[in-house]
Amino acid sequence: MKANSTYVRPMGAWWRRNAFYRSYMVREASALFVTLYAVVLLIGLLRLAQGPAAYDAWRASLATPASIAFHVVVLLLVAYHAWTWIAVMPKTMPFVRIGGRRISDRTIVAFGAAASIVAQLACLALLAWLGWTR
Amino acid sequence: MDASRTIRIECLRYDPETDAAPRYQAYDVPFTDDMSVLQGLQYIKDHVDGSLTFRWSCRMAVCGSCGMMVNGTPSLSCETFLRDFHPAGLRVEPLTHFPIVRDLVIDQSDFLRKLEMVKPYIIPADSKTPAAGTHLQTPRQMDEYYQYAQCINCLLCYAACPQYGLTPSFIGPGALALLHRYNADSRDDGRAQRMEVVNAEEGVWSCTLVGYCSEVCPKGVDPARAVNQNKINSTKDYFLHWLMPRPGVSR
Repeated sequence: MKANSTYVRPMGAWWRRNAFYRSYMVREASALFVTLYAVVLLIGLLRLAQGPAAYDAWRASLATPASIAFHVVVLLLVAYHAWTWIAVMPKTMPFVRIGGRRISDRTIVAFGAAASIVAQLACLALLAWLGWTR
Repeated sequence: MDASRTIRIECLRYDPETDAAPRYQAYDVPFTDDMSVLQGLQYIKDHVDGSLTFRWSCRMAVCGSCGMMVNGTPSLSCETFLRDFHPAGLRVEPLTHFPIVRDLVIDQSDFLRKLEMVKPYIIPADSKTPAAGTHLQTPRQMDEYYQYAQCINCLLCYAACPQYGLTPSFIGPGALALLHRYNADSRDDGRAQRMEVVNAEEGVWSCTLVGYCSEVCPKGVDPARAVNQNKINSTKDYFLHWLMPRPGVSR
């Protein structure tokens, strides 16, 4: 007989308990792909420092089918990761008021998403202007 | 009771005097469309098994006593309805992440200790007595804290927070939301006294913004927002303390 002891349930595989936790884990895991892409760019920078031949070899390696497939996967996961940041934006800020009225969380998220899309279009336009897409 | 339907309620049972670990026991409960999960449990206690133990008081989502896991979701059993689980049935467990005292009753003393730590009361700047008049507040000043003041200490947010489950020293969503409730009140001057709790590893920095706390909150408190905007306050406090050391607070 055990006298007056409480029971603490184990936490094992808690992320499998519901869809909310699973999407949280996907959100956190998608950060790894942001890191992977940063590493790819960092390698590019190192190769650039080594001279034109090394840089061209790095660019050629990016054009292989395996690399393109990798980039498509990374693009999707980084886009998802970015979206999760925008989606939690209202949780990270004090109430915002315009003309005495509180701005709704949905408006904040919509503004964040719109700002992100505008910034990305601006980047693409800049690249096009620089002739990167030649 | 005019019940034409029956539903199976599976309850977690744990008797600390005889059980080494919890077990499940199923009860068939006749129910009507307007019966809550809490009423289902009360039916069991009154008519089937008087040993089933659970907490409840107001039956109308005000007291915060009857929080339980209903099919794995932290819920107030008084505002969760049996009809929504028919015909599959439901499983009722005590709030997760807390030690089980008996059956559906958890030990909330850890939360109560943390609640004391955040000084959940107004610490006024002046020593104005009620005789000297009231502290005036505009509707906008009230709006800054009102939603956080709706907390009923039901602990659903703690049951939703895996970080609390993994790191029980975490002050947790509910107490931090109440901390923010008083910091955000224009009549309060206790922010400096509460900053030590905010800044600690067990304070806001143990939160990884899972966000499920705000999802399950029955009162729309949005504890995740209270916690995460205080990460900004904590960061500001950290950098400002180099410029303006706080009197009487050692670091």
